[in-house]
Amino acid sequence: MAKKPIGPVRREFSPWDDPAAAPFIEFRSVTKRFGDFTAVKDLSLKIHEREFFALLGGSGCGKTTLMRMLAGFETPTSGQVFLDGQDLAGVPPYRRPVNMMFQSYALFPHMNVEANIAFGLKQDKLPKPDIEARVKEMLRLTKLEPFAKRKPHQLSGGQRQRVALARSLAKRPKVLLLDEPLGALDRKLREETQFELMNLQEELKVTFLIVTHDQEEAMTVADRIAVMDAGEIVQVATPAEIYETPNSKFVADFIGDVNLIEAKVVEASSAGTRLKAVADDFQIDVAQTVTAAAGDTVWYAIRPEKIRISRGKPPEAAVNAVGALVWDIAYLGDVSIFHSRVGESSTLRSTVANITRLVERPITWDDHVVLSWERDAGVVLTG
Amino acid sequence: MSGGPASSTPKRSLGGWALIAVPYLWLFVFFLAPFFIVFKISLSQVAIAIPPYFPTFDLAEGWAALVENLRELSAENYLWLTQDDLYWKSYMSSVIIAGVSTMLTLLVGYPIAYGMARSPKAWRPTLLMLVILPFWTSFLIRVYAWIGILKNEGLLNQLLLTLGVISEPLTILNTNIAVYIGIVYSYLPFLVLPLYASLEKLDESLLEAAEDLGCPPWQAFWKITLPLSLPGIIAGCFLVFIPAVGEFVIPDLLGGSDTLMIGKTLWVEFFANRDWPVSSAVAVILLLLLVIPIVLFQNQQQKMAEKDR
Amino acid sequence: MRHGPTWFNVTSLVIGFSFLYLPIVLLVIFSFNESRLVTVWGGFSTKWYAELFRNQQLLDAFWVTIKVAFMSASVATVLGTMAALVLARSGRFTGRSLFSGMIFAPLVMPEVILGLSLLLLFVALDQARGFWTVMLAHTTFAMCYVAVVVQSRLVGFDRSMEEAAEDLGCPPAKTFFLITLPIILPGVIAGWMLAFTLSLDDLVIASFTTGPGATTLPMKIYSQVRLGVTPEINAVCTILVGIVTIGVIAASLVTKRQQLQKERDERAAYAEPS
Repeated sequence: MAKKPIGPVRREFSPWDDPAAAPFIEFRSVTKRFGDFTAVKDLSLKIHEREFFALLGGSGCGKTTLMRMLAGFETPTSGQVFLDGQDLAGVPPYRRPVNMMFQSYALFPHMNVEANIAFGLKQDKLPKPDIEARVKEMLRLTKLEPFAKRKPHQLSGGQRQRVALARSLAKRPKVLLLDEPLGALDRKLREETQFELMNLQEELKVTFLIVTHDQEEAMTVADRIAVMDAGEIVQVATPAEIYETPNSKFVADFIGDVNLIEAKVVEASSAGTRLKAVADDFQIDVAQTVTAAAGDTVWYAIRPEKIRISRGKPPEAAVNAVGALVWDIAYLGDVSIFHSRVGESSTLRSTVANITRLVERPITWDDHVVLSWERDAGVVLTG
Repeated sequence: MSGGPASSTPKRSLGGWALIAVPYLWLFVFFLAPFFIVFKISLSQVAIAIPPYFPTFDLAEGWAALVENLRELSAENYLWLTQDDLYWKSYMSSVIIAGVSTMLTLLVGYPIAYGMARSPKAWRPTLLMLVILPFWTSFLIRVYAWIGILKNEGLLNQLLLTLGVISEPLTILNTNIAVYIGIVYSYLPFLVLPLYASLEKLDESLLEAAEDLGCPPWQAFWKITLPLSLPGIIAGCFLVFIPAVGEFVIPDLLGGSDTLMIGKTLWVEFFANRDWPVSSAVAVILLLLLVIPIVLFQNQQQKMAEKDR
Repeated sequence: MRHGPTWFNVTSLVIGFSFLYLPIVLLVIFSFNESRLVTVWGGFSTKWYAELFRNQQLLDAFWVTIKVAFMSASVATVLGTMAALVLARSGRFTGRSLFSGMIFAPLVMPEVILGLSLLLLFVALDQARGFWTVMLAHTTFAMCYVAVVVQSRLVGFDRSMEEAAEDLGCPPAKTFFLITLPIILPGVIAGWMLAFTLSLDDLVIASFTTGPGATTLPMKIYSQVRLGVTPEINAVCTILVGIVTIGVIAASLVTKRQQLQKERDERAAYAEPS
């Protein structure tokens, strides 16, 4: 099933498309219950060596629990966790070749930066010169050399984050676990750090597993993303695939902005699918072939930036076109979002990039407009 | 943080069990088990022997002897407690003295706690320190200090005589008034601390809102501050009342011969009369008397802790 | 505060603190009284202090008390810290409410009951009473105070620090000594100090559980107080109050300085470009 990748691929790296490739980390039907609460439900997942893998989901979706089971802080109620072919059952956290960067950073307040970074190496009883060399290297990698003798409380938030990163990487773990690593940083610093993380991963060639609730962060850093909900994985795919071909209403809604239209299948053939909106009288022509039969109710998802808005006739290529009335306009600077009424009760959002400076607005409130999009602009969601 | 709730029953290693077992066993042996012995001896009879009661238990004598001994136990001491009105009066007057002193402590302590909570932020740690410091100094010394002040030729009378307020020295020492003063003085920090904690948490914008809505400041105190500081008041009053009921040093040193308090009665019964069974019975009744407020106090503390969460 | 301290608040604070401190201040002043009459000022003198150091009985009692306090505080600190860890960490286990009940009850239980029950225990165990029984008794009630003090320190403890240590290869027991203990150390020290002064001050429990040859200072003071107020007692009390006051004030000054230093460091760290 080696298919053509959708969207940009960071490097020639896609072991998940190779059925023969052995997974580096594997969760095999893992369930974790806390009393009556099931945090993780019969979950299976394979992650490959040197992958930058993101677990993405809202709070309480089980992503942190899943990571903590790999670190050894939680024991699966049932199922197995494998790392590099080894079953991790019964291996305590301090014997696992994985290291974690904690959300709170968990820096030891009574030790300086050097001692924090050296802590794990000392536990392995490495010779002193080796420890010193490794600490030096980590300080260089994370640009912390001037702060080596400082205690954590003498550091800024960004510096603390780098100490935590250096400390968890110092032991050259097989897997680095990152629990919301950038959550405490402000927006600008977060974006910078995301790229630093990616470079670091390229350089060290360590498998990274990141837990985050921030979809932008997951899309930026990860090779693949697993979207989780209520203890289950909803979709595992590359960022582009997740965005362009979400497999469910949940994923489409969770990642980015989307218009969801409830529709009935009018005709389903190998050439494509025709849908009719349930609420209002317009039809949608879709290139995608679906398994649903005529008469089935499905959802049609289309991203706002895929819908064009025009006052005159729609462009030739656009197969789908509906008349609408501009209801609301949100001017966000880089883009404007138009809320247009279609028929009686549907509202479709479309974004327009503000390419030229806004001197006059060609389309304004209460304008009658045409919304149009291509056959392959949206997806039909049967799940 | 995402993920599920923190695991409620962590896997416990051998070390984890040892951690529980050591303090648990210690408290069991040195705190809980002694109460059973107290209870048992309260059912025994006084004897001129060492130890001065009968029957004594000796586990070496085996089960039959134990059963034999159990038959010897009787509720006679409790009967005695109901017959001699000294005990009844002691219990009653302990509760009354503790209750009155608690109210007095509240009257003295509330303005202090309030003043602390409304003082500039920079002062508060120092003020807090000043309240806690007496708590670290010896109870006995603090009670002793009052003797020199309260006695007939003491400093208070000297001052009042010099000022011409009185012409004859007042008899304060060896009366219940001295006991009240002693309890208020000794237990004041216990009341001020929880009260201060709840008053300090009080959001000042609530009072501003009340004033903004037309409530004059003194009414705002009654309608906002006082109700919201109630948990602190209750906790503080329990912390004063419960130990005050069983107080020994204060009535002994400051009170008179007619000051009856159960702690003192127990002490006299034990040390002067050497009647161990009766003093045990007194202790059992005192404990039963205190179980209710202690349980109420614990429940209140738990509720507070849950609310804060 | 919006309006600054009000007249009412300042007055209540002044009166309140005078009430708390005046008796002790007077006691200290009269320990330097030349006259034997404690309440009549007869000029400054330190003769009562000199007298103290010639009173062998009093000195003996002082050493017994210090030894008991030191040992019971040390054992109580270990046990109390364990108990605090159990309360803060162990989650649910059978008998948990009994355990926390046993920790909190001694804090409010009248001392006469504690003393009597422990004495009867020692008698039942046929244990000769003296130094060791007082030590055990003091350990038992002091460990509850230690547990409460240390527990309050554990409440704000970020457990991910311990997880981080384990994650980096440190076994749990070692983690406790390398990470947890250093971080909660201020609480543990405060607990020890509290246990020490509680033992130093205790009269009632010691009176019940002591035996021949183990008279503590409070017992000595008590028996003399019953005979009347004397300048010697004032002098002993002044010394005891002095020791405790200096200790507590010094400890709090050190903590406060560390706190201020930490705040300064933090401000500096955020002020500079990262």
